[in-house]
Amino acid sequence: MITTTSLYDQLTSLYKEKRNDTESPWLTALREDAFKAFARNGFPTTKQEDWRFTNIAPFLKDDFLLSPGEASLLSTKKTANIPHLDAHEIVLKNGMLNEDVNIPGVTISPLRTALKNDRFKDYLSKHISLNAQPMAALNTAMFEHGIVIEADKNSIVDKPIHITHIYNAAEPVFVQPRLLIIANKGSKLQVVESLLIIGESPIFINSVTECYVAENAQADHYILQTTPGNVRWINFYQAVQKADSLFNNYTYTLPGGLLFRNNLHLDLNGTNTESHLYGLYLTGPGQLTDNHTCVNHLNPHCFSNELYKGVLMKDSRAVFNGKIFVQQDAQKTNAFQQNNNMLLSNNAIIDSKPQLEIFADDVKCSHGSTVGNFNNEALFYLKARGIGEAAARNLLVNAFAFDVTNKIQIPAVQEYVEKLITKKMAEAYDQQ
Amino acid sequence: MLLDIKNLQASVEDKQILKGINLQVNPGEVHAIMGPNGSGKSSLASVLAGRENYEVTGGEVSFDGKDLLDMSPEDRAREGLFLAFQYPIEIPGVSNINFLRTALNEIRAYHNEPPIEAKEFLKLTREKQKLVEFDAKLTNRSLNEGFSGGEKKRNEIFQLAMLNPKLSILDETDSGLDIDALRIVSNGVNKLRSDKNAFIVITHYQRLLEYIVPDFVHVLYDGRIVKSGTKELALELEEKGYDWIKEPVTTASV
Repeated sequence: MITTTSLYDQLTSLYKEKRNDTESPWLTALREDAFKAFARNGFPTTKQEDWRFTNIAPFLKDDFLLSPGEASLLSTKKTANIPHLDAHEIVLKNGMLNEDVNIPGVTISPLRTALKNDRFKDYLSKHISLNAQPMAALNTAMFEHGIVIEADKNSIVDKPIHITHIYNAAEPVFVQPRLLIIANKGSKLQVVESLLIIGESPIFINSVTECYVAENAQADHYILQTTPGNVRWINFYQAVQKADSLFNNYTYTLPGGLLFRNNLHLDLNGTNTESHLYGLYLTGPGQLTDNHTCVNHLNPHCFSNELYKGVLMKDSRAVFNGKIFVQQDAQKTNAFQQNNNMLLSNNAIIDSKPQLEIFADDVKCSHGSTVGNFNNEALFYLKARGIGEAAARNLLVNAFAFDVTNKIQIPAVQEYVEKLITKKMAEAYDQQ
Repeated sequence: MLLDIKNLQASVEDKQILKGINLQVNPGEVHAIMGPNGSGKSSLASVLAGRENYEVTGGEVSFDGKDLLDMSPEDRAREGLFLAFQYPIEIPGVSNINFLRTALNEIRAYHNEPPIEAKEFLKLTREKQKLVEFDAKLTNRSLNEGFSGGEKKRNEIFQLAMLNPKLSILDETDSGLDIDALRIVSNGVNKLRSDKNAFIVITHYQRLLEYIVPDFVHVLYDGRIVKSGTKELALELEEKGYDWIKEPVTTASV
């Protein structure tokens, strides 16, 4: 507890020290509000409903360096390699973009440079409730690095944009990257995010991503949490959709890190939108994966579909909390949510909480949650054809995950995820 | 001898189902096992294939000289035992093709053979599909998903053709099949018969045995084989029903 307080104190003094006058006044004001919100609430505890099953205190105990060593990564040429992926590659080293990126129809700029422009006032933290989200507030108050990806009006980006975040964890580090994605009217873009950690020390990532999808635009975002290492990652993702837009989010978490907490919030700020949220979590020994999602239907004729599937191995834990709000004006809403889990071990724990609140009267909505194990009949059928226990389990887990993995629209990413599931399953099986 | 069952006894949840089965099967033979509902026909198939919820309480089974009951279900399959399921299961998300390739390669690996080449696999698939007249599209389709009852049974025979087992047990493969499907399934089996492999055909109806002509017919009742004979026995059963079989047994056991 004392060390947690000390991280809090450390952040407080750093915040006071770092305040600088070179930032736009609106940003300074926003940071001030955000820091106050964080200072008031502190780090979330299990006494708060949203954090009831996820105690982050043990993950904050290390003696973190608040800004990682910069020089050490400059020479690295590593990227998170996804075989056969044809993409525009962007590498962020310790959160920083070190090279110019030229992608037709897209502007990519370092966040600090971009934020000198006042028009980003209308985007940054505009839809995030800083009071309710202390970690997002902390990021807003103190983020240093990150990028803005902006697709020009009507531009169809030819290839996915693949962002590799590389962090140097030679020593324990606490980092707060930030990503702002804007898909302007009629544009279409795909973003794939991977993480690569160099070094064995603990790394705590407190990131915020905002994605604005304008009228008639389409944005697909793949978040691949597949990194081995001593990773604790809390991500706050706010998506905002305008009329006639399409947003797809794919969050895939595989064995590797210790803690993943994904908050995915979606505001449907226009009519006739379509949204798909797909999640897959395969959890390995000692891992905790927590997905909190919130879809807010504010307007009529919108469609949202959420499917999260989990496979829990060993002594791992997972949390799913999905909320759908259908506000009074949001008539003719179609909103669906499903969470299915397979527990492959007696020591694994899932806390699943689907929630649906409807204030409109002409809607079609459903939500549900299941928890199960292998279908023994299916397992026997496979074995009766000569398929061994390990291979049979792998086939069935891939089959279970199939509903989510086959939604990936980039074949190389789909292949990558499926192979990784097979590999991680085999590793966990061998440990038995 | 390919299969030698001696005094096999098995139970489910402490209820004894098989009460001492004796059966010998040689390569090249087709044995039919008939009997009323609940006599233990499907249980015998399940015990031989290694289904977990059956507990073997006595007896022994040797398969091609090896102790069958000592092997895991997958090793029994790898050694050349095949069970055509009475109710083939649907597994959404596992493609027919991926399933077959995995099965084939796991069996090959067991015999220290390299994985099958993609081209060879494709050729084999086409060839066997043709042989058993199974024209369902298999690529990009989940295992048995959306298949009709008849298609599922035909898929079992197709898998049998692909895996080329020494001993095949057909567990009521004919139940619920219309006459065309029955003919196709039987034709498939007849084409696969050779002097090296053997079949145990479990059926409730004599009709199947007009198409797959057995060398021996056994009648199972109350967990025991109570009568054995040639194909004429099946006709007699068809005519007289099972009641004349039951009586002497019940009397004898009293």
